[in-house]
Amino acid sequence: MATINLTTNTFDETIGGSALPIVVDFWAEWCGPCKQIAPILDQIAEEHSGQITIAKLNVDEHPDIAMRYQVMSIPTMLLFSGGDVRRRIVGAKSKSALLQEFDEFLSSSH
Amino acid sequence: MSTPPSDVRPVIIIGSGPAGLTAAIYTARASLSPLVIEGEPSSTSDQPGGQLMLTTEVENFPGFPEGIMGPELMTNFRAQAERFGAEFITEKVTRVDFSERPFRVWVRDDEYRAESVIVSTGARSLMLGLEAEQRLIGHGLSTCATCDGFFFRGHEIAVVGGGDSAIEEATFLTKFADKVTIVHRRDEFRASKIMQQRAFDNPKIEILWNHTVTEINGADKVESIEVTDTTSGATSTLAVTGVFIAIGHRPNTDLFTGVLDMDETGYLETVPGSSLTNIEGVFACGDVQDHTYRQAITAAGSGCMAAIDAERWLESQHG
Repeated sequence: MATINLTTNTFDETIGGSALPIVVDFWAEWCGPCKQIAPILDQIAEEHSGQITIAKLNVDEHPDIAMRYQVMSIPTMLLFSGGDVRRRIVGAKSKSALLQEFDEFLSSSH
Repeated sequence: MSTPPSDVRPVIIIGSGPAGLTAAIYTARASLSPLVIEGEPSSTSDQPGGQLMLTTEVENFPGFPEGIMGPELMTNFRAQAERFGAEFITEKVTRVDFSERPFRVWVRDDEYRAESVIVSTGARSLMLGLEAEQRLIGHGLSTCATCDGFFFRGHEIAVVGGGDSAIEEATFLTKFADKVTIVHRRDEFRASKIMQQRAFDNPKIEILWNHTVTEINGADKVESIEVTDTTSGATSTLAVTGVFIAIGHRPNTDLFTGVLDMDETGYLETVPGSSLTNIEGVFACGDVQDHTYRQAITAAGSGCMAAIDAERWLESQHG
């Protein structure tokens, strides 16, 4: 499954209603490192479809959500499970490093 | 398509900034099938593409009268190298062994072997060396204005440094911050005149000359900084909620300690006018061996030199 885009309006509903762990990638058009990890997150979304959901939130368009979670640097990825932030990853990382962070949350159903 | 690790390649290039990628273009065109171990994604300059990945407009690279965005320039460099057959691995080299030939380079447990190696690992941002930096990086302390500037809309922030990078960052940050104070330890900038004038002309930029930052305060985010006047020793507090460090760079040569000759500041030593290191068959180019010029164009130029040096050396080895 591909990554999904979140907006201020769809955010709470999507996070609250997600059966799978969901990683929200806070990004912006002018952020180089954000662009670096975009294809990596796309791959993870496809390869682990059914185990984890990857969502993206553009901080330029939805700064209120970024502020709510005290995002001060991008990319920041927040991993939500059961509606709560369970992990915060700040800065671009390699695919293997990201998978290590997500590993314990990957849903066993596939 | 990729050569299995057990084979010996003609050339491996470590690092993928302007130097490494220019070396890749030239060695690829010389039919040397270069493998570029380009680095891992990260939010620091230690990433594929190097330092320019963290900048916005690059106005001084020749050939672009309207300027070009740093990341776009590096995307173009990489595409050009790929076009001529350079192969890429998006990983960081973890260990090297140049004690015998073929040379060996590792990415964790994967071993790669080559007849020649071009080192172009570049440089990374210097930090102040304060304990608070570990705690506050990403929480108001940053080395990347383009990454984090957005979050300081309406804030009063400080930029530490006196070169082109510091002024460029400060100028960029005025798009978001209400006030940017440049804290510089001397009474004049080392930046280019044109950049200096931009700082002087910008109403949102204030300059605190002759000051160093001696402490960054805040439990879980930056609340203020302590600055010391280098001429009088007097200290004072600057109420800023963001601090950007732009005081210079140090070469990424940890991998080569005890292997390649380097000067006291860690820059690799090369035979003047060439890319030759103290080990025959190992060449160095770009910021990793240059503490004088450190420009994208000089890095690119030296990358070309390294490729030609490597090509000629390989030819001499094959009789």
